[in-house]
Amino acid sequence: MSALREAFKEFTQYPSAIMGLLIIAALIMLSIYTVIAIPYSEGMRLWRGGEDIWIENPRNARPRWVNVFLKERLPETIIVNTPPGAAKLGKPLSGGLRALDMTLSFDYLYDAFPSEINLFLKAKFKENRPYVSFFWVTPDGRRIPLGERSVRGSERFSISLDRNLAQRLGRRPPEIGLFSGPDATIENAVPLKGRYQLQLEGFFFEESSDLEARLVVYGQVHGLAGTDHRRRDLIVALLWGTPVALAFGFLAAVGSTLTTLLIAAIGVWFGRWVDAAIQRVTEVNAILPVLPILIMIGIFYSRSLWVMLGAIILLSIFSLGIKTYRSILLQVKESPYIEAARTYGTGNFRIIFRYMIPRIIPVLIPQFVTLIPSFVFLEAGLAVLGLGDPVLPTWGKVVNDAYANGALYKGYYYWVLAPSVLLMLTGAGFALVGFALDRVFNPRLRTL
Amino acid sequence: MTFIRLLRYVVLRAASLFITVVVGVYLAILIANMGGYVDEIRKAQIREQVGATMLADQKLRTMPPNEVRRVIDQQIALEETRLGLDRPFLLRSFAYLSDALTLSLGRAERLTSDKGSRQVRDIILERLPATLLLFGTADLIVFFTAIFVALFLSRRYGSWLDKTVVALAPTSSAPAWFYGIFLILIFASVFRILPFGGMVDVPPPESALEYGLSVLQHLILPVSAILVGSLFIAIYNWRTFFLIYSSEDYVEVAKAKGLPSGAIERRYILRPTLPPIITSFAFALISLWSGAIILETVFSWPGLGRLLFQAVGLFDTPVIIGSVVIYAYLLALTVFLLDILYALVDPRVKVGGEAGRSL
Repeated sequence: MSALREAFKEFTQYPSAIMGLLIIAALIMLSIYTVIAIPYSEGMRLWRGGEDIWIENPRNARPRWVNVFLKERLPETIIVNTPPGAAKLGKPLSGGLRALDMTLSFDYLYDAFPSEINLFLKAKFKENRPYVSFFWVTPDGRRIPLGERSVRGSERFSISLDRNLAQRLGRRPPEIGLFSGPDATIENAVPLKGRYQLQLEGFFFEESSDLEARLVVYGQVHGLAGTDHRRRDLIVALLWGTPVALAFGFLAAVGSTLTTLLIAAIGVWFGRWVDAAIQRVTEVNAILPVLPILIMIGIFYSRSLWVMLGAIILLSIFSLGIKTYRSILLQVKESPYIEAARTYGTGNFRIIFRYMIPRIIPVLIPQFVTLIPSFVFLEAGLAVLGLGDPVLPTWGKVVNDAYANGALYKGYYYWVLAPSVLLMLTGAGFALVGFALDRVFNPRLRTL
Repeated sequence: MTFIRLLRYVVLRAASLFITVVVGVYLAILIANMGGYVDEIRKAQIREQVGATMLADQKLRTMPPNEVRRVIDQQIALEETRLGLDRPFLLRSFAYLSDALTLSLGRAERLTSDKGSRQVRDIILERLPATLLLFGTADLIVFFTAIFVALFLSRRYGSWLDKTVVALAPTSSAPAWFYGIFLILIFASVFRILPFGGMVDVPPPESALEYGLSVLQHLILPVSAILVGSLFIAIYNWRTFFLIYSSEDYVEVAKAKGLPSGAIERRYILRPTLPPIITSFAFALISLWSGAIILETVFSWPGLGRLLFQAVGLFDTPVIIGSVVIYAYLLALTVFLLDILYALVDPRVKVGGEAGRSL
């Protein structure tokens, strides 16, 4: 025990090791926070959800904090609702008719145009649909008609996709035309700052009819991490990627080192043909094309993370670590305490488990720590190839999505950078600790 | 005598590597065939062959269509029996194994080679040079740069340069493709001075010189990615090796005799460290080959890795199995070449004694 404490004390002499430990600790805290703040079922619901959950998010929005670094302020999403009971305020007209008169107004103070404009309408009626005309009022007082329609139960009016409107705005997309001066061309347009209004005018044909309107002016920035092509908030995947990556790396490292160690110990203890057989299998295993085999498993069986985990462990049982462990165990086998154990009749497996394996732990720990990130990157690599887990959000899958949607060509750097930085932190954290441990436990390296 | 011993060593290694290839390919067949995919490939092939021979048959032209159909079905059934598709899988798997090992890999389902051939072998052979170019270049640069820099650093042990390299060694915990993404982001997306990916400009330049320059330009980023991913750890490992060996007594004696430092390095440090260095290089190469698949995909490099990725996307089973077989061969071949090199530099192989190494 005191030897361990000694080792730890020496370990803390390396500033890089402390930094690595801090990074790992931060990642673990982040995982714990994620699992508590966004429970598994909620996380999966969010990540696999479509437009029903994410409709009010902009597509491919950058993270909100980019505004700190930019001269121009990029717009955030603005959502304006009709106040409850607004419909009741309409003047009653003759013949059961009632006037519909609502205004949605908001201040727009950004230096760039919104990415999209949608109006969500929800009408209540028995037989006759309410009839509405829409008008857009700009800060400089122009009143632009957007069209008219009788509103069914609930519908979406995609203002920014309206071709006719774009024509009328001088062939400019509505999200630019509606927010700039009348003469501005697409190239030199700048958004007019000030108060914008969306006016709804029309008629209710029934006493009990009602209409709720919700205007969403989609921004170009969103949240801490931005959004992807399906409007999903990337923070969900980045957060949930952390526990998944750590758990995967850890389990794979535990599974492969323990099995390898056991095999090495058995080979050394029983010697002769057992040892020879294990040696030969190791040599064959070392040259197997592991990644292609994993890819085949992903295609022909299942892309589940846990199937991959099993396959990885199976393929790394006879890994090269056996050679290192073997050379140390061969010395251990000859030590007097093993001989003593043998003389009083200790069983084979008791000697292997209780007498030999514990002696090798110091060599094992650094290898174990450096193995973790390699498995994390292996999983990310599989995901980048499109063989990521179909359900779980992982960092690799975010990179894969970004790549598949040309994020680097289109300049959505945040989409690639955030998961990559997290991957790099994981790699660096474990590598720093592993290197320091290696020096602590490997006296030959200590002076170097 | 030395030659015979060398030969014996090389033959032994070749045999054991061949066994590795056999095991790898057999594993691939087992995995693929659980879903019956290999059978399907073979059946499709038989159907095509029978169809082609029947078309050429004059007699069948005059027969009514359903009669022709019946004859064709009969032929197919006959052919399937002849090739043993009705036998148990265990027996059949050995037939597949020998097919795969002799590279009769069948026909692709969707992919074609640029020349239009649908033979998996043609498709793969067309992609092989690209992969060899990229990884050959990168491997050689890593090997020689790492040795020279490591020697240089071991001489200046403790200098700031040495400390920097030691501090940078953990960067190699991330694989090359990962750095590739960053390099693309910086040099292609932001600065737009190097291409995003691919091997030559589109359309390819006419003159050989321009073609070569274009390839070189496209090589820069992927090769740099490999260098960033594996150079520092290689330097670090070898530097450590050199330092350990340069504190041996016989090196001290050589120094005391006043030998020039170049001679000491060559004869007393490099010589005994080369065998373990070659071994570790062999295994670095193996992980590089595996990473090739992702790296080539990231850089759209038209090599084997990208082929495998495309085949995955199109679910083109024959190409997938073919690629795995080729990778098994490539890995074994790499190790075999390094083994020969090993035999040449390791005195134990030449002089006898404990022949063969523990790989």
